Amino acid sequence: MMNSKPSWQVGLALVLCAIAMATMPMLANEAVAPMSSGTTTLVIALIALPAVASFAMFSGLASAAVLFIGAHGAAWLLIANISGNEGMARMPFFLLLAAAWLLAWRCVALLSAIRPLSKQVRTFLRLLIPAIFGAWILIIWEAVTRGAGVPFILLPPPSAIAARIGNSLPILAADVRQTIFKAVLFGYFVGCASGFVVAILADRVPFLRRGLLPIGNMVSALPIIGVAPIMVIWFGFEWQSKAAVVIIMTFFPMLVNTVAGLTASGHMERDLMRTYASNYWQTLFKLRLPAAAPFIFNALKINSTLALIGAIVAEFFGTPIVGMGFRISTEIGRMNVDMVWAEIAVAALAGSVFYGVVALIERATTFWHPSVRGGRA
Amino acid sequence: MLMTVNQATATSVERNAVVEARQLGLTFQTNDGPVRALSDVNLTINKGEFVSFIGPSGCGKTTFLRVIADLEQPTEGTISINGMTPEQARQARAYGYVFQAAALFPWRTIENNVGLPLEIIGLSKAEQQARIKRTMDLVNLTGFEKKYPWQLSGGMQQRASIARALAFDADLLLMDEPFGALDEIVRDHLNEQLLRLWRQTNKTICFVTHSIPEAVYLSTRIVVMSPRPGRVTDVIESTLPAERPLDIRESPEFLAIAARVRDGLRAGHSYED
Repeated sequence: MMNSKPSWQVGLALVLCAIAMATMPMLANEAVAPMSSGTTTLVIALIALPAVASFAMFSGLASAAVLFIGAHGAAWLLIANISGNEGMARMPFFLLLAAAWLLAWRCVALLSAIRPLSKQVRTFLRLLIPAIFGAWILIIWEAVTRGAGVPFILLPPPSAIAARIGNSLPILAADVRQTIFKAVLFGYFVGCASGFVVAILADRVPFLRRGLLPIGNMVSALPIIGVAPIMVIWFGFEWQSKAAVVIIMTFFPMLVNTVAGLTASGHMERDLMRTYASNYWQTLFKLRLPAAAPFIFNALKINSTLALIGAIVAEFFGTPIVGMGFRISTEIGRMNVDMVWAEIAVAALAGSVFYGVVALIERATTFWHPSVRGGRA
Repeated sequence: MLMTVNQATATSVERNAVVEARQLGLTFQTNDGPVRALSDVNLTINKGEFVSFIGPSGCGKTTFLRVIADLEQPTEGTISINGMTPEQARQARAYGYVFQAAALFPWRTIENNVGLPLEIIGLSKAEQQARIKRTMDLVNLTGFEKKYPWQLSGGMQQRASIARALAFDADLLLMDEPFGALDEIVRDHLNEQLLRLWRQTNKTICFVTHSIPEAVYLSTRIVVMSPRPGRVTDVIESTLPAERPLDIRESPEFLAIAARVRDGLRAGHSYED
């Protein structure tokens, strides 16, 4: 079985443990609260014992579980003991962190190799694997920024960002309301809808297809940085000017994708509709639009992230005293980088949820497409 | 060279003609210059006939079918379908067309695929349901109404596409190599079913194929065509009885007709080598 053969991650972790033991102590001598030898031993044990055990285990699942406990226990102890000693960590600290990370890597590798039979377990694993992956980005970020004493303004530790989010919920909520629920959503719907309608018009009227598409191409090349201040002059400081920027940004991807999608139906299918003496609109709604759905959803997904970027950047150029872009630009000026990171985290979360919702609707709508049902054409 | 164009049996009653082509020709303008796809085709297809068009690739058999269906426009001669122009016939939904591939819409269930032409015509929901049920029965697909096309085998998909062509009850069925992509066993089975269906419904069927046994087994008349330019080289009346079990294909009568078709095909080819 896969786990019976020694993995290089676990081997390297043991080597790192040995080097760490030889180069103790973990913290500089000036440390205010030096780590007890008991804690140090516990960390090393938490790494070494599961590592050795994972060689002997027969089941991939059991060794993954042991590695999971060892890696995260060690990481937790390392981070917990750095508080009060920020910037005092010496090489063994980072070596042990790296060893713990290697165990987590091995754990994820084992979990990825498991082929569970039941659907629930499969779903659970599909969520667990990226969760461990993401958690380790945060763990390393936290341990390195605090252990090495990275200046707060350069990169605050995730715990500080989380604390800032917790303390500023009303401000963040107001910013989200202003930027996402007003500018982004309005601009997204109007931009996508108008791109769609113009695509249908361009399909129906050859003159528009020849004249409008090249101009649409030019509009898409407009630099958002240049357009945003002009939109502020035209539509004022409120969210309408940001929505206008979002409309400009989302219009063209929708137009191009829909025009491409409308040609996606096969010749045979169109001939078939012709033999039924089907009129333009019947063919459009019963054949061409369903066939174009994968293209249209592509545009909706691209636009979901473009809209967020557009609205935030547009707020840099004049805005009332609320909004995610406004907050980022003013707080960075006041050196409140944790607030900037908090806004970035909220924007990332909102963007992912937005994208995820569109992707879910896509799966439900284009269930028939080979890329969704995972079958042949 | 065998060039006798067997004029449609003059004895046939004029009113019975479903398709009538006179000096029909079609030239495609391509980037490599004009290509004559059809030349001087004279043919009358009567009501209730099962006519097969056979010939090598490029002989214009599919093009002729597409001209009947108003999917291509002839450049010479005349053609009428039930006394109308192909355009009028198409607008009147005078024919059902079965393509080489099933061309079912993957986002529709089988019953909704079969019901597609009925929706376009604008029949009532109840009438649609009744017709879907009847035609699904006819092609032995009952029980698969709620499946999606990609959940069915190739043979079943093609049967669904035949059901779709039958659903709106046109008297003329145009079939363009419908079983070409299927394996021999499925093909035999579908040929049997198609014959049964033709006898039950008394439709006129134009059937394009390049399989000699298929053409002889199915048809009341076989039109042999040859390429460059696409033209009719022979029209063979079948002497086989209407009732045709699969093993009729071993009878001397069957083999004699097959031999004549093969000769016709060879004659059309001879000048090439």
